[in-house]
Amino acid sequence: MAHESSYVPGNAVEKWIDDRLPIIRWSKEHLMDYPTPKNLNYWWTFGAILAFMLVVQIVTGIVLAMHYTPHVSLAFDSVEHIRRDVNGGRILQAVHAVGASMFFAAVYIHMFRGLYFGSYKAPREILWILGVLIFVLMVTTAFMGYVLPWGQMSFWAATVITNILGAIPVLGEPILQLLRGGFAVDNATLNRFFSLHYLLPFVIAAVVALHIWALHVPGNNNPIGVEVKNSRETVPFHPYYTMKDLYAVVLFCIPFAWFVFFAPDLLGHPDNYIMANSQVTPTHIVPEWYFLPFYAILRAIDFNIFFIDSKLGGVIFFAGAILVLFFVPWLDTSKVRSGSFRPVFKWFYWLFVINFVMLTWLGSAPAEGIYVLIAKLCTAYYFIYFLVVLPLLGRFEKPRPLPESITESVLAKHKAPVAQPAAAATTH
Amino acid sequence: MATQSNLAHQDAPQPGRRDFLYVAAGAVGAVGVAGVAWPLINQLNPDASVLALASIEFDLSGIEEGQSVTIKWRGLPVFVRHRTAAEIEEAKAVPLNELKDPETDEQRTKQGHEQWLIMIANCTHLGCIPVGESGEYDGWFCPCHGSVYDTAGRIRKGPAPKNLVVPPYEFVSDTLVQIG
Repeated sequence: MAHESSYVPGNAVEKWIDDRLPIIRWSKEHLMDYPTPKNLNYWWTFGAILAFMLVVQIVTGIVLAMHYTPHVSLAFDSVEHIRRDVNGGRILQAVHAVGASMFFAAVYIHMFRGLYFGSYKAPREILWILGVLIFVLMVTTAFMGYVLPWGQMSFWAATVITNILGAIPVLGEPILQLLRGGFAVDNATLNRFFSLHYLLPFVIAAVVALHIWALHVPGNNNPIGVEVKNSRETVPFHPYYTMKDLYAVVLFCIPFAWFVFFAPDLLGHPDNYIMANSQVTPTHIVPEWYFLPFYAILRAIDFNIFFIDSKLGGVIFFAGAILVLFFVPWLDTSKVRSGSFRPVFKWFYWLFVINFVMLTWLGSAPAEGIYVLIAKLCTAYYFIYFLVVLPLLGRFEKPRPLPESITESVLAKHKAPVAQPAAAATTH
Repeated sequence: MATQSNLAHQDAPQPGRRDFLYVAAGAVGAVGVAGVAWPLINQLNPDASVLALASIEFDLSGIEEGQSVTIKWRGLPVFVRHRTAAEIEEAKAVPLNELKDPETDEQRTKQGHEQWLIMIANCTHLGCIPVGESGEYDGWFCPCHGSVYDTAGRIRKGPAPKNLVVPPYEFVSDTLVQIG
């Protein structure tokens, strides 16, 4: 969405700066004038919410690091010290811990929005891929952060998840020792996780900058998935979407604040208030809720597949569940972006959403009896959706006629159904 | 002669001295980067203090028949179980073709000390510590992902691919064992 810069330096100082480093010009162009489709719905506010959450996590994290001690004998107590002794520490720690959950809630909604409205389709493939990369970095960062309080769940999450790498043939064991800095998860592991947990959010911020850059080249997708035709179909980002996004952030802060002030531990696990003990595994270990779907997939593979043993198989499916997202732009063969115009896709999509919620539930259920079978079925559908449904639907599905333009679709909403212009529109 | 070869260089873009310099400089640079990168990666490996704990001795005399203890070796938990006669018999009676990772009971214990089963206590799936004297094969049950081991610590059911690992150890005397 290339557009001419409308910036005119207001005074001599601005002009002097503009000739040397046109940063004000750049900011006006990308943070204010950026033309945004006028028909975006509230699902499009989650990008701003996520940017807000990244800032919240970095700011609270830097402050917490001033009071935290990354040592096996002190880490657990230092987190308690933050919660009990540090001024306002109870809230700061809760904001950071609950913030991780809110961050993931927002990112899942953001990704499901992209999947429904086909936001990954040409020319936005790189935008989508960068988004998946951010998700992978978030998962890594959150995992390492969860280890830092050094409770029982922290320790066993670290043990189980690092062991995943041990499944790699031949190189697994040396890689595992390299990662842990010992034969088991111990002080060296805690130290390096703290170091990396501090580093990665800044890497995320850098990839977010690329993500936004990749967004500003083609411009936003929109709920009808028809490209913007002219400047009359867009509004400047500021004040229209800055205000709308701000409103959404305020709404988002209501449940966030409720958790922080009234139920900071609701999303956590009581076992993490027992200090890490390498000799005892809690009877029922579960990861944080936002990892449960992938954890369920990992556990679902409890059988050998030809020469691949069950452990490696589980790891392949676990990694594959995330890696497959990178290929979605090419797996979905339909030319129609928005799911609103795809009658068959809708069914499979909502089934996929339900399936994902089921996987979340199964990840928290014990690995026995009927749960194992349901987990296998859900895992199968997760992959079938991406590898079979999306490629085939593009060929066999007959999409509903698309509106000619954003303007047409916006006007159609206000007219009587008889005069609906969409019916006369040609299929794209 | 020299003049001729110089002319030839000008006519056709043959790989010449300049290309050689590019490749050579690039190669030296790459070796330099690798040389600097290695210590930065190698510092992640287990350090001297971790490796120093590689061998321990343990006195078995206090463990009654049917009792097991968990000790620590190289930061890893290790099961030491004094098996009952019934458990040994049960382990020996299992036909090898029923096993996912076939090993006889004799291969997992030391001759003359069959009552002692010494194994690293991490489930071979993802490293949780299985619960002793439970599961449908009277051995161990891993609560994390449901792997079941028998009375010789062999995997019988669930996602774990291998039997519980027997660490290198020997009997120094009848009651003293050296692990590592």
